[in-house]
Amino acid sequence: MYRYDQYDHQIVKERVAQYADQVRRRLADELTEDEFRPLRLQNGLYYQRHAYMLRIAVPYGLLSSKQLRMFAHIAREHDRGYGHFTTRQNIQFNWIKLEETPEILAKLASVEMHAIQTSGNCVRNITSDQFAGVASDEIIDPRPYCEILRQWSTFHPEFAFLPRKFKVAINGAQEDRAAIMVHDIGLSIVKNEQGDIGFRVFVGGGMGRTPILGSEIRSFLPWQHMLSYIEAILRVYNQYGRRDNMYKARIKILVKAVGVEEFARQVEAEWADLKDGPSTLTEEELKRVAAYFTPPAYESLLPVDSKVEQLKVENKAFANWIKRNVKPHKVPGYVSVVLSLKKTGVPPGDATAEQMDFVADLADRYSFGELRVTHEQNLVLADVKQSSLIALWEEVKKQGLATPNIGLLTDMICCPGGDFCALANAKSIPIAQDIAERFDDLDFQHDIGNIELNISGCINSCGHHHVGHIGILGVDKDGSEWYQVSIGGAQGNQSSIGKIIGPSFSAPQMPEVINRILQVYVRERIEDERFIDTARRIGITPFKDFVYATPIKIEHLAGEDAHA
Amino acid sequence: MRNIIKNKAVVADDWIVLRPAAEDAPEAVAVPEGKVIVSLKVWQAQRATLNTRAELGVWLASSERPEELKDDLGRFKVIAVDFPKFVDGRGYSIAYNLRARLGYTGELRAIGDVLRDQLFYMQRVGFNAFAVREDKNIYDALKGLTDFSEVYSNSWDQKSPLFRRVQRGAGAAA
Repeated sequence: MYRYDQYDHQIVKERVAQYADQVRRRLADELTEDEFRPLRLQNGLYYQRHAYMLRIAVPYGLLSSKQLRMFAHIAREHDRGYGHFTTRQNIQFNWIKLEETPEILAKLASVEMHAIQTSGNCVRNITSDQFAGVASDEIIDPRPYCEILRQWSTFHPEFAFLPRKFKVAINGAQEDRAAIMVHDIGLSIVKNEQGDIGFRVFVGGGMGRTPILGSEIRSFLPWQHMLSYIEAILRVYNQYGRRDNMYKARIKILVKAVGVEEFARQVEAEWADLKDGPSTLTEEELKRVAAYFTPPAYESLLPVDSKVEQLKVENKAFANWIKRNVKPHKVPGYVSVVLSLKKTGVPPGDATAEQMDFVADLADRYSFGELRVTHEQNLVLADVKQSSLIALWEEVKKQGLATPNIGLLTDMICCPGGDFCALANAKSIPIAQDIAERFDDLDFQHDIGNIELNISGCINSCGHHHVGHIGILGVDKDGSEWYQVSIGGAQGNQSSIGKIIGPSFSAPQMPEVINRILQVYVRERIEDERFIDTARRIGITPFKDFVYATPIKIEHLAGEDAHA
Repeated sequence: MRNIIKNKAVVADDWIVLRPAAEDAPEAVAVPEGKVIVSLKVWQAQRATLNTRAELGVWLASSERPEELKDDLGRFKVIAVDFPKFVDGRGYSIAYNLRARLGYTGELRAIGDVLRDQLFYMQRVGFNAFAVREDKNIYDALKGLTDFSEVYSNSWDQKSPLFRRVQRGAGAAA
């Protein structure tokens, strides 16, 4: 993985000093809260319902065991013993004291980490495929490009105060696992007929109030021009993006307002002056950065391990885990293992300090000391020998990280919601928990098969509900919490925005709503058809008709009401 | 007279920024004698008379285009860019375009909501003068120009990105 050199260390160190002084000036009232807020946000510090939340960047989701141990330390020393992995591959701590943030950042800097630009109206953490470098369908490893873009966008002087936040994702494989279509800029690595590497450039995707998929503005951008072309896009956006209404300030609104063709024309015009300028990437620089991502020392192994095959036959739980949580690897004899952070009863994406230390230890022993965070809020050990799977499974089971539900109903994406977030209209974690409890039966989940259920506590859509096969959105109606349901959203190569099925529901009704939707699927599916394919084939009407056919009685109290 | 930061030092400055009220017709705004920085609209409306002045400055609002000045750049002793709020980042692109695209080489001054923590960025895109908001300590603000000793990306002040300037660490050695 990438390692800081003297320059990275210097820049991050100076950032910590700059930020520490900003905190000092705030505490001394030399800075007003209005002046301080954008500064702390650009350092990942939000004020939430109960305390400050600190969001730490995990560049393109790649972590070392040492870094994860530092998260565990921060969880213990500065938070309440846990952290929350986010849909942008970062980690958040929810119970942070402002006064301690400079110290936390200094600790992070010691393991080559920071919280720079994890919030604010600037270029955010670059996200990518959690299986980058190991996926069998990879065209080229996207991580060197992610790292080059990370450095370029860090403290870019012109784009620190954009109209709104700006998210970039890069995918380097056939299958899009980075949700590039719902990013402000999505780059998809392609090889042209001559074998040259370049990018398909998508602009203006996003969720929020106005969910839109990105539009292609260039079918092949040679990799050398990545930085100057993105500079052109950002300069057009910085000048012409709306600043009068924060809900209409994302680049997607600008692209929609002027039209894709006109937007692309403006970018090309801007780029004409920049093309082949100093920010043009050199072969030498690409090679230098790519050298940090060379494959580890894989052993020559047989593609099939007989003991694993045997246990799969004998032990259904193991077979389920292999089926759902173990993913193919480009090197024979190796696999990637997804550690589920979606155990029923635990908020999706949460991990305790003990679990973090444990996973760091696993990474050291089983996966070359590295791991990845997925945008579905799980962790990945990317380079595990098949022959280690049985031992690994026994270990992760004990820590509650072996739930065999990756890609299944209970592998929900869920934002922190109203329990933590000041922006939320409604709670999201209790909804996820009620649904997880209702459908805890693994046989049922395996029968339902691949399905993505995404929950956001407000229209900011951190829980990606627009692209969930089933999406749940928390809404406020006359001061109480309601949930709107959509069907047919998808991420990946066939991205789509879900359609709302009708009036919203109360929290206790939600498990039954999901049950009815699944009943329609079970009734209508043809053979091995996935939920999303059935939904695409039959549309939302059959779901809508059945869900609203009879009133939904509340059989048990759910969420907070259960404890009232 | 007030203090501004110019070429990395605090200096006294006697330019007056003329900010007409929104309802004032640009052609009717009275421009006092002396060193005055007029708005783009006033310059455009009163060009014939203002053109006779030896010392004149112009300022751009964040919504205005630097290209509007492209034939007149040599005419001004100072061009200023207004930051109505420090979070309005359009002024950074205006400054960059004035320098890099239009080739303006004279004094480029940030006016309005100009604060310490943005000066480093402003300096990078081409500003060399900063009228720090008057309720702030300008000597404190001066420190903002030196927050960082190194930068990754190219802009106006540093025209080459870090990877073209220095020998950086290599993966194989890590």
